[in-house]
Amino acid sequence: MKKRVWAALLAGAIVCASALAGGCAKETESGETLTVFNYGEYLDPEAIEMFTEETGIKILYEEAVTPEDLYTKYKSGAIEYDLLCTSDYMLEKLIQEGELQEIDTSSFEHIGNVGERYFEFSKSFDPENKYTLPYFWGTVGILYNKDKVKGEIDSWDVLFNGDYAGEVIMQNSMRDSYLVALKYLGYSLNTTAPGELKEAQDLLLAQKPDVQAYLVDEVREEMVAENAAVAVIYSGEAYLAHDYNEKLEYAVPKEGSNLWIDAWGVTKYCDNMDAAQKFLDFLCREDVAQMNYEYIYYSTVNDAVVENMSAEEKENGALIPPEEVLADCEVLKQLDQETTDLMNEYWKELKAD
Amino acid sequence: MKKRPWLATPYAVWVAGFTMIPLLVIFQYALTSREGAFTLANVMAIFEPVHLKALLFSLEIAVGCTIICILLSYPLVMAMRRLNMGRQGFTLFILILPMWMNFILRILAWQLILSNNGILNFILQKAGLLPLSLANTGTAIMIGVIYDYLPYMVLPIFNAVAEIDEDLVEAARDLGANSLTVFCKVILPLSVPGLLSGIVMVFVPSMTSFVIADVLGGGKLQLIGNVIEQEFTKSANWNMGSGLSVSLMLFVLISMAFTTKNETEGKSSSIW
Repeated sequence: MKKRVWAALLAGAIVCASALAGGCAKETESGETLTVFNYGEYLDPEAIEMFTEETGIKILYEEAVTPEDLYTKYKSGAIEYDLLCTSDYMLEKLIQEGELQEIDTSSFEHIGNVGERYFEFSKSFDPENKYTLPYFWGTVGILYNKDKVKGEIDSWDVLFNGDYAGEVIMQNSMRDSYLVALKYLGYSLNTTAPGELKEAQDLLLAQKPDVQAYLVDEVREEMVAENAAVAVIYSGEAYLAHDYNEKLEYAVPKEGSNLWIDAWGVTKYCDNMDAAQKFLDFLCREDVAQMNYEYIYYSTVNDAVVENMSAEEKENGALIPPEEVLADCEVLKQLDQETTDLMNEYWKELKAD
Repeated sequence: MKKRPWLATPYAVWVAGFTMIPLLVIFQYALTSREGAFTLANVMAIFEPVHLKALLFSLEIAVGCTIICILLSYPLVMAMRRLNMGRQGFTLFILILPMWMNFILRILAWQLILSNNGILNFILQKAGLLPLSLANTGTAIMIGVIYDYLPYMVLPIFNAVAEIDEDLVEAARDLGANSLTVFCKVILPLSVPGLLSGIVMVFVPSMTSFVIADVLGGGKLQLIGNVIEQEFTKSANWNMGSGLSVSLMLFVLISMAFTTKNETEGKSSSIW
């Protein structure tokens, strides 16, 4: 009797193992199909349909929440993605690990729509602009409620000086939290000096009692609901928040901040470079960029779309960060393993405190 | 009756594919370093102050939740015992009804209720009372956990209590026992199997949960589940995450050994 149970177990194991192996099989081998990996709500679904209609290339679409989440899913190898869109420092890591293929953006029909300066920004993670195509960009700053704050908000100081104890919302993401503290202390947000990170850690630990919550996606909603006075937020989210609640304004602190760029890359698994480049070119096209801009409401890299904006949109600092604000902003770079481990330790300590 | 072990084949396939293999993978990650060398460091990492703190907080939540669930369940079950069949069914239905809704939605609803400008404070202010600041505290997490797991305590206890022969209660009364004595000497001892499965079903998930702490704790409080989640999704350190999971499993097994050791023979109760 016992033997039969074991045989059943073994059979079960074999069935499951082969099912798993089947799941790993390459999905792009049959005809023209692209597996695209992107953040949630970061591409108008209608644009995907349009692309398939125009070119006959089928798109398998997958989503992730954070850069780390995206990286972990990509690296697990369960699905072989052809194209992915992620953030600056994560792209740098992928480039360093040899995960991306070179793309020839100069051959794109609509590349002229993408502003030259975004390729300049991208050089901090893709020095020769060989691997990535900029998509959306923006800054990190403070979203504040005009009725709840006193005086002008122009410094990270308001998060740390205790004026708004219990009314502060921080980002529940490691790099975003430390960049705020590091910039406030006057250090580079890409520092690898343990001493500077320790100072940032002490600052964040001292700040914790004043923090109402560490959130990611809910920051905007909490501010719209007027549950807090000041919050660390991405510029695109800030613009949307202002749309929902007129009292909310956005400022990039004078100490400088983070300039972030999300960009597309083609992975080493992609064996249909032609189709992949067609997709990227499609994203640069004015009408498609316009659709995506209206769907996402982040700062677009597409100058043709920017030109069509209303005067009000053009003057909005959250939507189009002014040049002088960008002077003190830095793009996040991938940190070495030692610094990453130290930051992970600190972050756990901060959250467990 | 003839035994037919082959009937268990679907279950065996399930166990092999979704319990045994993943468990082996977890153990493999837990016992190796990032470079792939054998190490116990990931499993022992539970003793680091940061992890220990999260573990103790998880324990606090789990024990608190279990005790409060027991205290809430018995009076309810005793009241239900006296109801006729139809009303009993209706009470059970009401109890289970929220479980038909998505669990995340229910926790998000609690977030709205407990937030600073939330529904609870609105009602308190209307009643002329001082607002409470429950949002993002341990209390909020505790409320969420209790709300979520209470049915898992009530149902097995109810099953056990409903099975108790009314004659036993009457006999006790004939011999002069008052209500309290009946409860302590008859109902409670006879419902122990239900109580034990209730404890297992409430203690273990509340010990290992992380979503509730994330939503109702505002990211300020960490259960050991949150630490493990961070290791997997943020730090991309699957080895450490697996190591901590294995230690947590051992910890839960040890705590469970206390309860199952006392289990009465033969008669045991199940949830449904």
